[in-house]
Amino acid sequence: MNLKLNIVALQTIVRKEVVRVLRIWVQTIVPPAITMSLYFIIFGNLIGRRIGTMDGFDYMEYIAPGLIMMSVITTSYGNVVSSFFGAKFSRHIEEMLISPMSNATIIIGHVAGGVLRGMLVGLLVTTIALFFTKLEVSHPIVTISIVLLSSIVFALAGFINAVFATKFDDIAIVPTFVLTPLTYLGGVFYSISMLPEFWQKVSLANPILYMVNAFRFGILGKSDIDIGIAYVILLGFVAILFTASYQLMRRGVGIRE
Amino acid sequence: MPTVGTIRDHMLALSIRNLTKTYANGNQALKGIDFSVDAGDFYALLGPNGAGKTTAIGIMSSLVNKTSGQVEIFGHNIDSELEAAKSCIGLVPQEINLNLWESVHNVVLNQSGYYGLGRRLARVRAEKYLRVMQLWDRRADQARSLSGGMKRRLMIARALVHEPKLLFLDEPTAGVDIEIRRSMWEFLREINAAGTTIILTTHYLEEAESLCRHVAIIDDGLIIEDAKMSTVLRKLQREVFVLSLAEPLSKAPKIEGFETTLREDCELEVIKGPAHTLNDLFIQLDNSNIKVVSLRNKSNRLEELFMRLVKTRKKGVDENSAS
Repeated sequence: MNLKLNIVALQTIVRKEVVRVLRIWVQTIVPPAITMSLYFIIFGNLIGRRIGTMDGFDYMEYIAPGLIMMSVITTSYGNVVSSFFGAKFSRHIEEMLISPMSNATIIIGHVAGGVLRGMLVGLLVTTIALFFTKLEVSHPIVTISIVLLSSIVFALAGFINAVFATKFDDIAIVPTFVLTPLTYLGGVFYSISMLPEFWQKVSLANPILYMVNAFRFGILGKSDIDIGIAYVILLGFVAILFTASYQLMRRGVGIRE
Repeated sequence: MPTVGTIRDHMLALSIRNLTKTYANGNQALKGIDFSVDAGDFYALLGPNGAGKTTAIGIMSSLVNKTSGQVEIFGHNIDSELEAAKSCIGLVPQEINLNLWESVHNVVLNQSGYYGLGRRLARVRAEKYLRVMQLWDRRADQARSLSGGMKRRLMIARALVHEPKLLFLDEPTAGVDIEIRRSMWEFLREINAAGTTIILTTHYLEEAESLCRHVAIIDDGLIIEDAKMSTVLRKLQREVFVLSLAEPLSKAPKIEGFETTLREDCELEVIKGPAHTLNDLFIQLDNSNIKVVSLRNKSNRLEELFMRLVKTRKKGVDENSAS
């Protein structure tokens, strides 16, 4: 593999993705900020006051890490699935497929685009959160590494969704029927210790629970789960999803006839 | 062990052996085609719609997975040296496949990046090819704002920016106006003269006849003709000429060795066989005191031959299936 060629190609894809995100910032940056502001106002400020504290924190303070993580993972997923499927749909993906860059470069470039947009939205939501509550980061390395790994996992998942998608409906199915329910049931708004024992065990099968709680641990220093397990799960997902993406590209599934 | 592409004295730009493609729906688009293209050649790949031309180009440019067979590009087998093979090629596809939301400049710059060209060199090349394609003034515009012909020229600039050794042009001048088409032909001749091997598919057979030195005709997934353009055209037995006459005639003159038909008072159609020359015709016309103002070839020679070959093959297939 020609390393220099692939580095230039990777820079090109990332630059293209960043330009795309910034060109249509009203569609890519603003909506998650508005949605999360509404969450903070309704669930945090209005309803949260009546709920009181959770695990020793104000409800607003408790849900803030989960809402930041929710915005990061949905944005990372959405960016890659829409960008890559858009390239498939209008066939300009062929620009990349005929070039000598490796399949890994194509995957990493799109994932990097998703992660960058996820981080940008995450920073914006964090800034909005600071208008409603205080956030003191207890474990900066955990906070940054968990949010990056979670973003990578969902960017890769978005890539696989885009590879299989044949129409625009297909890129909405997974976010609507899988991602959103798992996120809402992933401990963004509550601690699983509030659930009956059976549902606590069921919740442990939800990977988003580990991401939200590990991120909450990074900020608040409090988690429902073992942080080590969260890292194992995240790294495992990164390895599995990247391998799957690479194999799909290599075989040309959904992109080569 | 020498590769197919290096067995001969000269370098082959492309070597295809027993290439087949069967799509998932069972459509057998290629039924085992063989052909090779010399480095530096200008090669026409012709055939009716659905004959397999675009499938063949798709396989050569790695957009379509082959079912079986061998493809080598400048000696690089696409199964074992795909990256090296891809580095040699540029593709102008039949359908518009631009990122319509990107600026014209970024379309070309991005393609440069995919081929590993540094930003500085990419900017120089982008300007060079956008100027050649008369798009430099539109570089800041989004690709979607271009006309159909401009989009096609943008795809040509994009395909050339990494200066490929082998250029596939799949109907590159469709929708391009005559003036720009002629200037594109001139440009294609120039890059071919500079060493770029070009494989052209087109429905403008005049374009193939004017530009290409070799021609292959593909029909129903099989190559039915593959030879030098001059050799192929020699197979044409009859040519039809239309003569504009200086004075009207009441009936078609009898000219030995030629069939004549009077289309209008001052327009004579003459069919010439292989045994006679145009000199024979003009001597007899002169003897009959018929003055010719101008002359034109009624039909495109390659087009006529193309139609004949395709019809002959279809007739053969029908007869075989009937028996």
